Amino acid sequence: MNYFRKVWAIVWKDIRAEIRTKEIFSSMFIFSLLVLVIFNFSIDLLEVNPLDIAQGVLWIAFTFSGILGLNRSFLFEKENDCLQGLMLTPIDRSAIYFGKMLGNLIFMLIMEAIAVPIFVVLFNIGIYDKIISLAIVIILGTLGFVTVGTLFSAMSVNIKAREVMLPILLFPIVVPVIIASVKSTGAILTGKPFDDIISWLKLIAVFDVVFLVVSFLSFEYIIEE
Amino acid sequence: MNSPPIKGGEIRDVDFRMNYVIDCEKVSKSYGNISALRDVSFKLDKGSFLAIFGPNGAGKTTLLKILSNLVKPTSGVVKINGMSLHDEDGEIRKNIGVVSHNSFLYNNLTPYENLEFYGKMYDVPNLEKRIADVIYEVGLTARMHDPVRTFSRGMMQRLSIARVLMPDPSIIYLDEPYTGLDQHAAMKLRDILKNLKKGDRTIIMITHNIERGLEVCTHVAIQVMGKIAYMEEIEKVDRDNFEAKYFKTVGEGHY
Repeated sequence: MNYFRKVWAIVWKDIRAEIRTKEIFSSMFIFSLLVLVIFNFSIDLLEVNPLDIAQGVLWIAFTFSGILGLNRSFLFEKENDCLQGLMLTPIDRSAIYFGKMLGNLIFMLIMEAIAVPIFVVLFNIGIYDKIISLAIVIILGTLGFVTVGTLFSAMSVNIKAREVMLPILLFPIVVPVIIASVKSTGAILTGKPFDDIISWLKLIAVFDVVFLVVSFLSFEYIIEE
Repeated sequence: MNSPPIKGGEIRDVDFRMNYVIDCEKVSKSYGNISALRDVSFKLDKGSFLAIFGPNGAGKTTLLKILSNLVKPTSGVVKINGMSLHDEDGEIRKNIGVVSHNSFLYNNLTPYENLEFYGKMYDVPNLEKRIADVIYEVGLTARMHDPVRTFSRGMMQRLSIARVLMPDPSIIYLDEPYTGLDQHAAMKLRDILKNLKKGDRTIIMITHNIERGLEVCTHVAIQVMGKIAYMEEIEKVDRDNFEAKYFKTVGEGHY
């Protein structure tokens, strides 16, 4: 229990700072909004069926705005060398990873919860009877994205060109999650039964578990000097 | 202390104590071909205050990072209260506080929120009272709820000491605490450091300021090119000529 209290203290510290600065959330939200609006204007929805492209547009908005948030995540810990301060405390270093990862997950899910209704309006897609299954896909897909993303964010924080390096390192690894999430979202939006996406969801779930375990085991070595 | 090796047949300075608070034995650290530390050995007892002087690049910060288990040595052993740092699982870190030239404080949080956060990391009991006490000790009670980003360098440094005092550690490392402080802030910090000395705390301070170092320490060391070139108890040091001794030791450069 003590371990989880410390994880939560790290999450709450990030939320507190974010409420004050709104740096991570505002950049993620504005970027995702821009992506949705630009795609909406660039595609003639009278000629193209929105269901053919909507799932791709949605996940482009999620993943690219997510990168912005992940880039800021450990930069915040770099300020005044706070990461070193955290490493000096007697906590298990994996708690730092889980705290940062949960913080990133919460920020991304809030951004997605606001972006999805805007997406529904812009692309004129009805999701009212599919909200739960869509939420399951989004939560699992986002979890996979931030699980690896937080690890790579910690790795790239000391690199000069981190804004470039993070997506270069991250996207090849999360391709299975993004493909599975896009396919599942597409199936849900076109009204296919939930059973049709079970295999995709299993793939995302396995990816999530594998990378959670890998990150738990490797984080201490990644942040060590 | 860093006594010279005993020659054959010579019997002197035999110390039978097993557990020093800090026992650093032949510690070396290399980054590729660069040796940051070379066979550094010393022992410190409870209540000692060691001031380490040395030029830039002498490996002083690397030494403190190894002593606080942030960096693993390439060879050698560090024992804290008889326990090897290599085997530690957080228990040793509970007893170590580090004040660096970086404050380890979150700019967007208030002093109260920063101390509350670090207090939770160390499982500090009676957290609210402890925060009020340490913040009073460093004279920042009036600014307790202002964002840290509005603080001056001196205030940040004092708050950093409050952060370190939260879990009441028995060992404190100070890495150039006077860096960037004006005279007034430096005087305040000196008073706080003198207070830190009270009790049985073991303290190591790295500083370029010889005068400030000598006025608070019980032991003094000069580190040059990754080696402890000189180490002595303060009573045995000729304070008036120490600066000359320092420049001579640093200038020899054959370590």
